[in-house]
Amino acid sequence: MRIALSVNGREVVAEVEPRTLLVTLLRERLALTGTHVGCDTGQCGACTVHLDGRAVKSCMVLAAQADGRHVTTVEGLADGDTLHPMQQAFREHHALQCGFCTPGMVMAALDLGAEASDVRDGLDGNLCRCTGYQGIVEAVMAARSRADAPV
Amino acid sequence: MHPFDYLRPRGLAEAIDAFRASPDARWLAGGQTLIPTLKLRLASPALLIDLRDVPGLGGIRVEADRVVIGAMATHAEVAASPELRPALPALATLAGGIGDRQVRNMGTLGGSIAACDPAADHPAALLALGAEIRTDRRALSADDFFLGMFETALEPDEVVTSVAVPRPRAAAYARIGNPASRYALAGVFVARFDGAVRVAVTGAAPAVFRADAIERALSADFSPAALDGIAIDPFGLNEDMHASAEYRAHLIGVLARRAVSETEI
Ligand code: FES
Ligand code: FES
Repeated sequence: MRIALSVNGREVVAEVEPRTLLVTLLRERLALTGTHVGCDTGQCGACTVHLDGRAVKSCMVLAAQADGRHVTTVEGLADGDTLHPMQQAFREHHALQCGFCTPGMVMAALDLGAEASDVRDGLDGNLCRCTGYQGIVEAVMAARSRADAPV
Repeated sequence: MHPFDYLRPRGLAEAIDAFRASPDARWLAGGQTLIPTLKLRLASPALLIDLRDVPGLGGIRVEADRVVIGAMATHAEVAASPELRPALPALATLAGGIGDRQVRNMGTLGGSIAACDPAADHPAALLALGAEIRTDRRALSADDFFLGMFETALEPDEVVTSVAVPRPRAAAYARIGNPASRYALAGVFVARFDGAVRVAVTGAAPAVFRADAIERALSADFSPAALDGIAIDPFGLNEDMHASAEYRAHLIGVLARRAVSETEI
């Protein structure tokens, strides 16, 4: 089937099998390998992207479900060489070690919204095997407290 | 996943015609239960019919004595709706505790009740609140809707369109989640109406059920202490690697007390 969607602001038309997962389309067809696959079972959150502005696990969404919609991946955040404030905060607060969970963490953190009082609760769909989470929580809180951060 | 065809019709009649014309079709709402099921090859339908573009299945409307929620409303929408929260805070809180943030952004209320997972949260709310489940062809009471494990009164080609949830005097939901799957090991929803208390339990048995003994005790005296003498019979409760039937029976009592002491409104 033919699908048409916007990925990081770029119009994409692709011929896919209906069973193609969104993460497969992103990684294998569009070469956007910033979105990671940690578990493929909906547990780890490494595959988190935004679908029409809301965080979803792209290993649990069909590419067909994204037809006609807007997808943002971690590659769509930076402005040229200038990191997004959330990415910058992760860098400053030692919020990553191996970095495998990081794209999903960043995309999930950007969907928390101002109303999410508890960052730890808000990120409970994302697992990190390295950091112990403290640096991640500090980075997200720092980015949220910055006036210029669109979170 | 086995291969399947995919269709996203723009009307309910068209959707139902397509369903009937296929030997083995499945409805797709948010897919947060169905897609993992397909990936595990526990189901291999020939056709998925995505209800996303069918008009009239979304939205949340608060009325004087009830709240009407479209079947395609996501858990995130139910949790965050500024109209729903003051009218039915216990339901908003329940929706905000389902799965994780990403799952709540995709998963829908209609999908959750139609899938009827034994540990899903929404069935407990709808059963305790005495909701009416509306489909393309009829209205069913929650008492008649949830039949068993993954089993509802829906015909295969029938589509849930909305639910109408009466507004109680007070209600609360208490659950203990499995930390890995996030599904409820047990969850108890307590709803207090004028003259009656309804209590529904999820996660503990093959299907959501009403806890009669707890309802009777709370109808006489709506306080945690009213449940002190009540023991839940573990016979027939779920027994698995996460919890024994006895433990689940114990949890029901604990969670019912907790819910009573936390009732909102
Ligand atoms: S890869 Fe999608 S949740 Fe782990
Ligand atoms: S930094 Fe290694 S998994 Fe999070």
